[in-house]
Amino acid sequence: MTLAPGELVGLLGPNGAGKSTLVKTVCGLVRASGGQVTVFGSRAGTSASRRHLGYLAETFRYPAWCTADELLALHQRLAGSDGGATERSVLLERVGLRDAARLRVEEMSKGMQQRLGLAQALVGRPRLLLLDEPTSALDPVGRRLVRDVLAEVRSAGATVLLNSHLLSEVELICDRVVIIRAGEVVAEGVPHDLARPRGVHVETDRGTRVVPDVTRDDVPALVARLVADGEQVYAVTPLTSTLEDVYLDAVAGDTS
Amino acid sequence: MNAVTDATRPILVLAGWAVRESLRRRVFVIVALLTAAFLALYAVGCHAAFHHLHGERRIGPVDAHEFAGATMLGLGLFAILFLGSVLAAFLTLSAVRGDAENGLLQPLVVRPVGRAQVLAARWLAAATVCTAYVALVYTASLLILRATGDWAPDRLVGPGARVALAVSALAALCILGSVALTATANGIAIFMVLGSGLFAGLLGQIAHAIGNHGLERAAHIVSWVLPFEALYQDALALTTADQGGLTHFLVELGPLGGGSPAGRWLVPYAVGYVVLVGIGAVLATSRRDL
Repeated sequence: MTLAPGELVGLLGPNGAGKSTLVKTVCGLVRASGGQVTVFGSRAGTSASRRHLGYLAETFRYPAWCTADELLALHQRLAGSDGGATERSVLLERVGLRDAARLRVEEMSKGMQQRLGLAQALVGRPRLLLLDEPTSALDPVGRRLVRDVLAEVRSAGATVLLNSHLLSEVELICDRVVIIRAGEVVAEGVPHDLARPRGVHVETDRGTRVVPDVTRDDVPALVARLVADGEQVYAVTPLTSTLEDVYLDAVAGDTS
Repeated sequence: MNAVTDATRPILVLAGWAVRESLRRRVFVIVALLTAAFLALYAVGCHAAFHHLHGERRIGPVDAHEFAGATMLGLGLFAILFLGSVLAAFLTLSAVRGDAENGLLQPLVVRPVGRAQVLAARWLAAATVCTAYVALVYTASLLILRATGDWAPDRLVGPGARVALAVSALAALCILGSVALTATANGIAIFMVLGSGLFAGLLGQIAHAIGNHGLERAAHIVSWVLPFEALYQDALALTTADQGGLTHFLVELGPLGGGSPAGRWLVPYAVGYVVLVGIGAVLATSRRDL
C-alpha cells in the first residue's frame, strides 16, 4: 500500500481489521509484526519519519488543565515549528475555535476537543496527516468543517490518510479508498471506479422490479422486449453499487 | 553540539510542561494544604519539646537540648520524606501506561521526540518539583527549630539534600513501575516499596539495639537496594554528625528509623541507581506498543 504525495486516502474496514494498528504503525506507536513501513524514505517510528507527521488519535485526549493556545504552543515547540502565535491563531480559526484560545480543555465539549486535536495535528504543516476517526465526536457542521480543512490540506500538497467508518464522508472527500480486512487489503481504488452496475430498476403498468445483470447499454433492448410483451414502460433507472455495497462485498459481512 | 541540543531541547520543553502541570493540578493544592498543616503542628511540637526542658541543656550524661532538637528534626525529615514521596508518586505514577491508556502520551511521542526523552523529562520535572518542595519544607523546619529552641543540626545542607535525592530516586522507581502497571497499581506498589524500605530501617535499628548482626546486615542490604532508605538514614546521621557519647547513641536510635552514616559512596551510588532505573524504564518503554 503506497500513498502518493498530495493524495487523500480513505481507510475502511470492519472493527478489528487493523486500521488503527496500521495508522499507529506508521506513527511508530506500534511495532510492525511483519512487513515494512517507510515515511518519505525513513523507517516508520524513527525521529526522521516523525518529523513529517501530524496525528489525531481515535482516543483523542489532552491535559484538562491546559488551554487550547498552550497545547498548540507545546506542539509547536516539539515539532520545531516557528509559526508562533500567528500559526496558532490561524489553526484555531481554521477548526472553528477562534474564540477558544484561552479556554481550558476541561471546559470544552468533546467536539471542540476533537477539533483542537485536528489543529494540533496540523501544527508545523506536516507532509503526512494521519487521522483516526477524526469526526467521531462532531455534529454535521463540524464534519463539514473537517472536510473543508482536509480539502485545504490536500490542495496545499500534504498527504492524508483518513481512517473512518463514515462511508459517505470517505466517498465525498477521498481520492482513493482502501478497504482492509484482517490486515489485508481486499479492495482499493477511486470511489467512483469501485462502483459497479447492479442492473436496472424498471417501472411498468405491472409494477416495479429490479432486472439484474443489465447495463445501461442494454436498456433500449430491454424496453423493446417489455413493450413487445405488452407492458407499458414508465421508467427505467440504471443502478450502480454504492461505496457501502462495495464495502459490504469486500468485507463479506465481517463486523468483528 | 547540535545533536546534544536537539536531544536535550525536547526534554526541557516537556519537563517545563510537566512542572506547569504539577503546579496547576489539584494534587499540588492537597500537598500544599497537608504541608501547611504539618508545619503548623511541627511548630507546636517543637515549641512543646523545647519548652518541656525549661532551659536545661543537659539531663545527666545526655545533652537534652541536642537530643530534643535532633529528635524533632528526625521526625521532620521523616514527614518530609513521606510528603515528598507522595508528591513524587502522584507526579509520575501514570507516566507511561496510565497516560498511554488515557491517550495523553501518544500525541507527544508521535512528535520527533523519543520515548527516552519523554521519560527523562517526566523524571526531571518530578525531581525538580520534589527537590524544590523538600528544600522549602526542610528550610521551614530548620527555621522552626531555630525559632522555638535555638537549635540547628551539625550539617545544614546535607540532610535536606539526601532526602531530596531519596525522593528523586523514588520518582525514578515510580516511572519504571508505570511502564507495566496501571496508575492505581503503581501507586500501591510504590508506597509498599517505600514502606518496605522504612520497615527494613526499623528492623535494622532493632537489630542494632539487641545485637543481632544477621538481621542488621539484612536491613543494611535492603537499605542499599532501596537507597532512599540509606539516604534517609544518612540524613539523620548528619544532623548529629559532630556529637558523641550517649546523646549520639540515643539520637541514632531515632524515633522512626535510626540514623546510620553511609559513607561517601552513598550519593554517587544513589545517582547511579537513578540512572540505571531510568535506563531500565527506557528499555521497557521502547518495547511497549502504545
